[in-house]
Amino acid sequence: MMQDLEKYLRVNMFPHMWCPGCGNGIVLSSLLRAVDKLKLDQNQTVIVGGIGCSSRAAGYLDFNTLHTTHGRALAFATGIKLARPELKVIVITGDGDCTSIGGNHFIHAARRNIDLTVLLFNNSIYGMTGGQYSPLTPVKKMATTAPYGTIEPNFDVADLARAAGATFVARSTTYHSNMLTGLIAEGIQHKGFSLVEAITACPTAYGRRNKMKSPADMLIWQKDNAVHINKAEQMSPGELAEKIVIGRLYCKEAPEYTELYDEVIKQAMGQVSGSVTSITGKGGKTSG
Amino acid sequence: MSRVIEMARLMQGNEAVAEGALAAGVRFFAGYPITPSTEIAEIMAERLPRLGGKFIQMEDEIASIAAIIGASLAGVKSITATSGPGFSLMQENIGFAAMAEVPIVIVNVQRSGPSTGMPTAPAQGDVMQSRWGTHGDHPVIVLSPSSVREAYDLAVRSVNLAEKYRVPVVLLMDEVIGHLREKVVLPSPGELEVVNRVEPDVGPEKYLPFGAGDQGVPPMANFGSGYRYHVTGLVHDPKGLPTNNPVVAEKLIKRLQNKIDLNLDDIMIDTGKNLEDAEIVVLAYGATARSALQAVKDARKEGIKAGLYRPAVLWPFPQQKVGALAENARAVLVPEMNLGQYRLEVERVAGERTRVVGVNRVHGELITPEEILAALREVHKHDARS
Ligand SMILES: Cc1ncc(C[n+]2csc(CCOP(=O)(O)OP(=O)(O)O)c2C)c(N)n1
Ligand code: SF4
Ligand SMILES: [Mg+2]
Repeated sequence: MMQDLEKYLRVNMFPHMWCPGCGNGIVLSSLLRAVDKLKLDQNQTVIVGGIGCSSRAAGYLDFNTLHTTHGRALAFATGIKLARPELKVIVITGDGDCTSIGGNHFIHAARRNIDLTVLLFNNSIYGMTGGQYSPLTPVKKMATTAPYGTIEPNFDVADLARAAGATFVARSTTYHSNMLTGLIAEGIQHKGFSLVEAITACPTAYGRRNKMKSPADMLIWQKDNAVHINKAEQMSPGELAEKIVIGRLYCKEAPEYTELYDEVIKQAMGQVSGSVTSITGKGGKTSG
Repeated sequence: MSRVIEMARLMQGNEAVAEGALAAGVRFFAGYPITPSTEIAEIMAERLPRLGGKFIQMEDEIASIAAIIGASLAGVKSITATSGPGFSLMQENIGFAAMAEVPIVIVNVQRSGPSTGMPTAPAQGDVMQSRWGTHGDHPVIVLSPSSVREAYDLAVRSVNLAEKYRVPVVLLMDEVIGHLREKVVLPSPGELEVVNRVEPDVGPEKYLPFGAGDQGVPPMANFGSGYRYHVTGLVHDPKGLPTNNPVVAEKLIKRLQNKIDLNLDDIMIDTGKNLEDAEIVVLAYGATARSALQAVKDARKEGIKAGLYRPAVLWPFPQQKVGALAENARAVLVPEMNLGQYRLEVERVAGERTRVVGVNRVHGELITPEEILAALREVHKHDARS
């Protein structure tokens, strides 16, 4: 890791837990470069992780860091951001953490357009538990729980985020790490819910089972299959099958949740106090 | 006197909980609707923004408890409210709050179970779950009110205890108390004791977020206050960094338990009626204690020397008190709206010294004073025979 990024690391935590050839370190250094580029105040930045190899990165970073329960990082982050909107909140998560057990929190955080940045480490597998398939594992791939190959179609998480209401969606790979850095910085600066999907390599639990024998093979695969969004727009769906479209995929402006809530506060405070009992008085017969 | 009458107001138990929480300084609520707790969320949705606080309806109860843990770490006193099915969903993150020492309050207005049960019917079936619902050994404090005014007081106390001991606190209501309307006089703000978490008095370099000797509660720095540290549900060292070191692990888990077990004098609260000469002690909590009180009064009229012991803190278990009562009582009667969950614990402590008898109903209705009185007569007759 580069010398100037060391101030963002808890160096006493090293050596890190990742396997040789794991892509997580590349994603992490892109994140730190983006943080450095934006000159984020470490004291005012919170990094929230879920559970998985990727989410462990939170512990290595010298910020306010929170390592939560599997899938729930976005719900914890929502509480932090709503309670203290002045804090920058970045969520790091894995493909299983974010789109399987945490899928519900993901679509609802996107729907609210709350100002969180999600950095999704997509290694197409459950790395930490040893190679079970995730909702982002493509079909016909081998996993310990798909010994005959996967038959479930995978999500396109960028499409999912956009459909759910995210207002910034981008994707890059560890091969295109400079682009990744730029997109993370844009995502952090964007007001509203942003997703940056980082395609990364898990040689241990995915690559070696899926005809990519070395970490280098996995980077070559990323290089050969990535297509920039500008070029992809000229290509047919057939040509794009099996390709990874990278770049800034979607961006729009929309009201941000915590700002909307501040409006609610203004409205409530300006209001003459009504009777609270009048609220509890109704709806006595409902149940569920 | 006239002042008191002026200030008296008719209030529902759930409303009292919301008002108590606000008076204790709660400014964040995340929840998901469920009968019979929903009024608490509805009141918070209206009241919090008026006080500059925040309310959010989350996508489920797992998210709700996660959000209040996040808000608490960011320095805002936070609660959620739910009932059985939602309480079951919250268990993993209750364990997280215990492990990461994050002050939060979970209100569980119990309804009949298991599963969806009878959503509008009262029960006390979550007594054991509130103590042992999550995996691993962990501390938890559980309080149970028997009146609307007490719901208010215990809501304040729940928040105070959570802040003081950095633990998840469960305010274990039941549908009867949640929906009961009573005339109450609330304390004026000046009369209330409000406790805030202790913040570090050393600089960030010296701060140990999870270091406090063997028994203590470490000071808590809020996110954004300049103390950067790591919070995790993994076993961690005093700095908060994950470790598999067996010595560190055992020390941590024991300290978490000790910080509650060694402060029982501060935590425990209970009340009694006619206990001085009681030969039969009725031990009851929550709504059932109201029927029990009536039954004790009626039994006295019949010459049965009955008394009521009512723990307002259910967990930690009032071991010493129950042990002492068992010394003098010929029997302890434990009425509960479940199949005898708390009775088992009473038996564990008192079973060798006295007879422990349950009065148990799971039909979704409050146990009546008559049912308890009948049981008292039965025990009395049995004792007279033997
Ligand atoms: C509630 C719960 N279920 C299951 C697990 C076990 N578990 C830990 S990590 C993990 C998968 C993580 O996969 P992913 O999010 O893709 O992260 P990666 O390790 O690949 O970076 C699972 C299933 C858990 N910790 N908690
Ligand atoms: S298992 Fe995979 S994701 Fe986990 S550290 Fe090893 S290479 Fe990285
Ligand atoms: Mg993964």
